Amino acid sequence: MPPKKLAAKNAGLTSSSTKIQSQSKVSRRGKDDDESRMGDEDDEWMQPKILMKPDDQLDLSAEELKEEFTRILTANNPHAPNNIVRYSFKECCYKMKMGVDQLAVHFSMDGNMLHKESDEGKRQLTRLGLGDGPSEQNLSEMEIPGEEDLEVEQEGEEAEKDAPKEVAVTKPPEQAALRNQFNYSERASQTFNNPYRERGTSTEPPPRTNFSATANQWEIYDAYVEDLEAQEKAKEKKSRDKDDKDKKNKAMIVEQTSADEIFTRIGKPAKIVERMVNQNTHDEIAQDFKYWEDASDEFKGNEGTLLPLWPFKSEKGKKFSATAVVFNPIYDDMFAVAHGSYDFLKQSTGLVCIYSLKNPSFPEFTYTTDSGVMSLDFHPEHPYLIAVGFYDGAVAVYNLREKTNSPAYISSAKSGKHTDPVWQVYWQENDLDNQLNFFSISSDGRVTCWSLIKNELQGTDIILIRMQPDNDVDSGVGMDLACGTCFDFHKSTDYLFLVGTEEGKIHKCSKHYSSQFLDTYDAHHMAVYAVRWNNFHPRVFASCSADWTVKIWDHNYSEPMFTFDLGSSVGDVVWSPYSATVFGAVTDDGQVHIFDLSQEKYEPLCQQSVVQKKKTKVNHLAFNQHYPIIAVGDDRGNAMTLKLSPNLRKAVREKTYSKENEIAKMEKLLELVREPSSK
Amino acid sequence: MSEVEETLKRIQAHKGVTGVIVVNQEGIPIRSNLDNSTTVQYSGLYHQLTAKARSVVRDIDPQNDLTFLRIRSKKHEIMVAPDKEYLLIVIQNPTES
Repeated sequence: MPPKKLAAKNAGLTSSSTKIQSQSKVSRRGKDDDESRMGDEDDEWMQPKILMKPDDQLDLSAEELKEEFTRILTANNPHAPNNIVRYSFKECCYKMKMGVDQLAVHFSMDGNMLHKESDEGKRQLTRLGLGDGPSEQNLSEMEIPGEEDLEVEQEGEEAEKDAPKEVAVTKPPEQAALRNQFNYSERASQTFNNPYRERGTSTEPPPRTNFSATANQWEIYDAYVEDLEAQEKAKEKKSRDKDDKDKKNKAMIVEQTSADEIFTRIGKPAKIVERMVNQNTHDEIAQDFKYWEDASDEFKGNEGTLLPLWPFKSEKGKKFSATAVVFNPIYDDMFAVAHGSYDFLKQSTGLVCIYSLKNPSFPEFTYTTDSGVMSLDFHPEHPYLIAVGFYDGAVAVYNLREKTNSPAYISSAKSGKHTDPVWQVYWQENDLDNQLNFFSISSDGRVTCWSLIKNELQGTDIILIRMQPDNDVDSGVGMDLACGTCFDFHKSTDYLFLVGTEEGKIHKCSKHYSSQFLDTYDAHHMAVYAVRWNNFHPRVFASCSADWTVKIWDHNYSEPMFTFDLGSSVGDVVWSPYSATVFGAVTDDGQVHIFDLSQEKYEPLCQQSVVQKKKTKVNHLAFNQHYPIIAVGDDRGNAMTLKLSPNLRKAVREKTYSKENEIAKMEKLLELVREPSSK
Repeated sequence: MSEVEETLKRIQAHKGVTGVIVVNQEGIPIRSNLDNSTTVQYSGLYHQLTAKARSVVRDIDPQNDLTFLRIRSKKHEIMVAPDKEYLLIVIQNPTES
């Protein structure tokens, strides 16, 4: 639109613009006959440029033409007088007039155009009958013909009149006369019109899916936790960029084992389910374990009973005998059974089984060993560490956390292992260097302390058990050593410990004196199988022996306080953890004897056979620290748990139950025993 | 044979246990000793139930989590042990043992 209009307005004003027009016309010629005809008219109308010269023009030579004349154009009128003087009556003298009118009029002509607002204009308008005057609308309409009918050349009034009739209808012809006083021409032409083009492409819409979810509080929480973990991992990655290659290798290995992973991942649920299945199967026993109290105890006086709970068996342990039973000090439901053989002729491999009361059908952990296991002990603070003593004299430490069948530490001939079976091992408090260490006792007559240093065991002999300490004869090496069979460490005095020997003697020793004993008790006629310090009273200990007896001692006296003949070889004697006066003993005839000295000084409260088959020997006994149960191990490799009836744990039910009270009770007993002997 | 594999075998061999099914996150059974249709039914339904049960536990305390689900029915006891990615479903008949 604009180019057309422009062309129309420019037409006839400048020769250059006409030139452009003619060019555009030429380009269009042939397209439209109408246009070409009109183009011819244009050419007629147009006049070629002719150089006009006035007749009286001087002919100048080239040099003269080049000559420069400097004329300065000023605003001053050269014809204006510059020295007009007027007489001033005010001052009575002639005065020069300063301001001279410089205006020169060369041509003036009065026009006949009127301002439409002026009086004359209004008068004319009313005369023409247009009312107030041409509205703006009319004026704009007047322009329309020029815009709309561009192809048509409009010349003067006739062109205006030829212009579209609808416009003419709305406006009176006089109006044109009003406006067009001069003879002017209006030309319109159209430049080449670039065709409009629209271009568009539609892309394939991105795939959409609807997603909706409700965010729970815990989902938000999980997202935050994940984010936190990711951040931590990113930090770690930055710090370990170097190990990238190793990681890749590892990743490969992981991918290869992914098939098995499914089953390792459900390892934990599988264990839970196994326990639950067992709980359902052994529901009655579980109920008994928790709630059953023998009501008949009330009518039995002091006597009590043992209720058999779960039997613990393992296929592998069948051919062995149980050589040690130990409860875990921290996890109440966990206990370990060592399997080996006491028979010199039937030595083979050994086994350590760790059971949980929650799963009686299968051990939680099993370790097979090359030699029979004779003893074991849980570390009191690190419940996953087990010290083990073997028949071949080696000691080892197993770590339950490591999923290997091999021990974490094992002693070797180089580090000074025992030459005979290790009958007992016992964890100690950490030494001065804060290293874990434990003691072991063996038939070779040595008590050795083992320290866990880095990845090996370092042994130091603490004491050599000599046959007759008074007899200092240097006759040969080790020939005069006695065979140690058991030991126990004092609960409160760190250095004090007791050693039982195969000869029946019990030595009171100190960790500080390796050459001599503090005291020696002529305790038994045959091998001492166990010595135990009382859990409450600091001076009392118990011992049992193959000579059928259990003896209770005050370590300040060389004579026993009590002696009980149980009618068979006594494999183990253990003080109860809940009372100073209660202890249990197991005998080779398959019986468990529970004593409470505060109630019955001469007879056991309970004497009960706990084995199914005759001739089964019961070797070991352990009290649980928390529940009223005991575990016994027999020589067929079985472990049995038994519940103590209310009469056997009366002490705990008394209102006055306290540690001090228990010690006092024991003290009272000792006094009673001592009095007749002093008399 | 891995330790877990052994555990699963022991559970299967246990008295009264009629079915052991391992189900993955999507509720698709991975391993089962029951026939196909029963397995699919059990795993689909118990997967939903476990998800709901977990949601209940975690809605109350986001730091808490479901570790075990026992359903005692007239005929069976169904035990579901959910892990992060898998479910272990065990069907036991406690009266049989």
